[in-house]
Amino acid sequence: MSSPAWFERLRAHTVDDAWRTYDAVQAGPEGLNAFLAVDRSARGADTGRLAGIPVAVKDNLATLGLPTTCASRVLAGYMSPFEATAVRRLREAGAAVIGKTNMDEFAMGSSNENSAFGPVRNPLDRERVPGGSSGGSAAAVASGVVRIALGSETGGSVRQPASFCGIVGIKPTYGRVSRYGLVAYASSLDNVGVFGASVAEAALGLEIIAGHDRFDATSAAVTVPDLTVATTVSTEARPLAGLVVGRPVEYFPASLDARIAEQCERALQLLRDLGAEVRDVSLPSTELAIPVYYIIAPAEASSNLARYDGVRFGVRAAADDLGSMYERTRSGGFGDEVTRRILLGTYVLSAGYYDAYYRRAQAVRTLITQEFAQVFASGVHVLFTPTAPTTAFRLGEVSDPYEMYLSDIFTVTANLAGVPAMSQPIGTVDGLPVGGQLMAPHFGEATMLRVAAALEHAQRAGGMS
Amino acid sequence: MSVTPDDVRHVARLARVGLTEARIPSLVSELNGILAHMDVLQQVDISGVAEDAAAAAAPLRDDALPSDALQRARETFAPASRDGFFLVPRLATHGALGASASEEA
Repeated sequence: MSSPAWFERLRAHTVDDAWRTYDAVQAGPEGLNAFLAVDRSARGADTGRLAGIPVAVKDNLATLGLPTTCASRVLAGYMSPFEATAVRRLREAGAAVIGKTNMDEFAMGSSNENSAFGPVRNPLDRERVPGGSSGGSAAAVASGVVRIALGSETGGSVRQPASFCGIVGIKPTYGRVSRYGLVAYASSLDNVGVFGASVAEAALGLEIIAGHDRFDATSAAVTVPDLTVATTVSTEARPLAGLVVGRPVEYFPASLDARIAEQCERALQLLRDLGAEVRDVSLPSTELAIPVYYIIAPAEASSNLARYDGVRFGVRAAADDLGSMYERTRSGGFGDEVTRRILLGTYVLSAGYYDAYYRRAQAVRTLITQEFAQVFASGVHVLFTPTAPTTAFRLGEVSDPYEMYLSDIFTVTANLAGVPAMSQPIGTVDGLPVGGQLMAPHFGEATMLRVAAALEHAQRAGGMS
Repeated sequence: MSVTPDDVRHVARLARVGLTEARIPSLVSELNGILAHMDVLQQVDISGVAEDAAAAAAPLRDDALPSDALQRARETFAPASRDGFFLVPRLATHGALGASASEEA
């Protein structure tokens, strides 16, 4: 049997091709700044499903032989003594890990402007952000350096940059991919995610890194279905017949940019043309998701980032006593957004505020999770929404912290509920890509990818590149 | 609830983050700006939500892994063991440690 066309494209893109593109786009004042470290000796293996195929890895995934800095001064030059399970699985499949990608410091940000090593530029418009926090990985794929890259998600950090850069990004079910070796930000929300130049390539990357891992206690002992087969589009006229796509009305508010709404409605019409039934549904607690997220995530971060104290990892500031050494190391090592979230998280966990903020946010998180479960139990197979409320904005355009947080308004819910979700390009507004989001029940990646592949196929048949 | 400069100093101490006095007013303003958006949660009826519902949604595996195999035979680095623990010679009592510390001082 011959290989599908997408696999031939993936295999034809060699390590040498990757370096040619890298040298053209990465460096200089207008360069993308998508990579923080590279390994020009990486060739991958001769065998395996990703034999010799170049891939890039976000810099918060531990790698052997390359630094792991989380784009933070506090971890500058840090070399991990072990490798993340997701990275190890890519190498075992034969992939050449050519470099570590830039990101928002400790994955805290939605524009990649919070990196201690400078912002990443969007390959489609160098004056604009690539999204965040996995902006470097998204830019690496969108610029054509690699066709598959790893990112991570806590509130949309794969899907939102995928949307801004016009590529595919998947956040799997919580527990589907091991978090072993993923530097912790908010452990109950963190996921390793995958970027791909197409739905099938992202699915292949996910299939390779997914599966139970004894080194992560939250890794699920659930069989991984053949996700690339799921992306094979049937030749039937109505390949999605019998499938119900939910359109949650809260994700299409009157305030949504009409041009983004229009692109979403066009995609929904394509799904109808493919045989799916599109049904309006309600997830009433959606508007509470950002407040819930920005209590829980900083709370967990304030605990997880306590370990960067100058003793065990990275840099250490000189001081006369231990307490001063901690404070100087941390104040000098963390950027403004990380400091803000550590203080916010410490505040909502502190005596007198825990019940009002953290405990209440956890309860509302449960309500959000229950609403997803109810919608999926009602016969809806997947949900379709916009990925982000805007297209890629200009570097420096958004300065208010809460306004930046609203970039995640359509993506944080999947992290809070633990369900799989993905973004794929569905059109453009003023030449900038618009992402459409699919969400599915826990461990429903195969159905989600089947719908995504059918939509991608129909868009290409209709002339969308 | 509104965050005061003293609250910021307090949580910065708890979080072991050194702050200059010049940074405090902007942090007070930023944290109050963010927390104002959280007040909407106070209006939500959470009386019917189980306390442990979030944990039940993402169950952990049983804490019952088989023990890891040793890289070398136990006898090559630990001559004696009992009840699954290595036996080592008694080094010193706390009292003796305290005495030697005070001698150094």
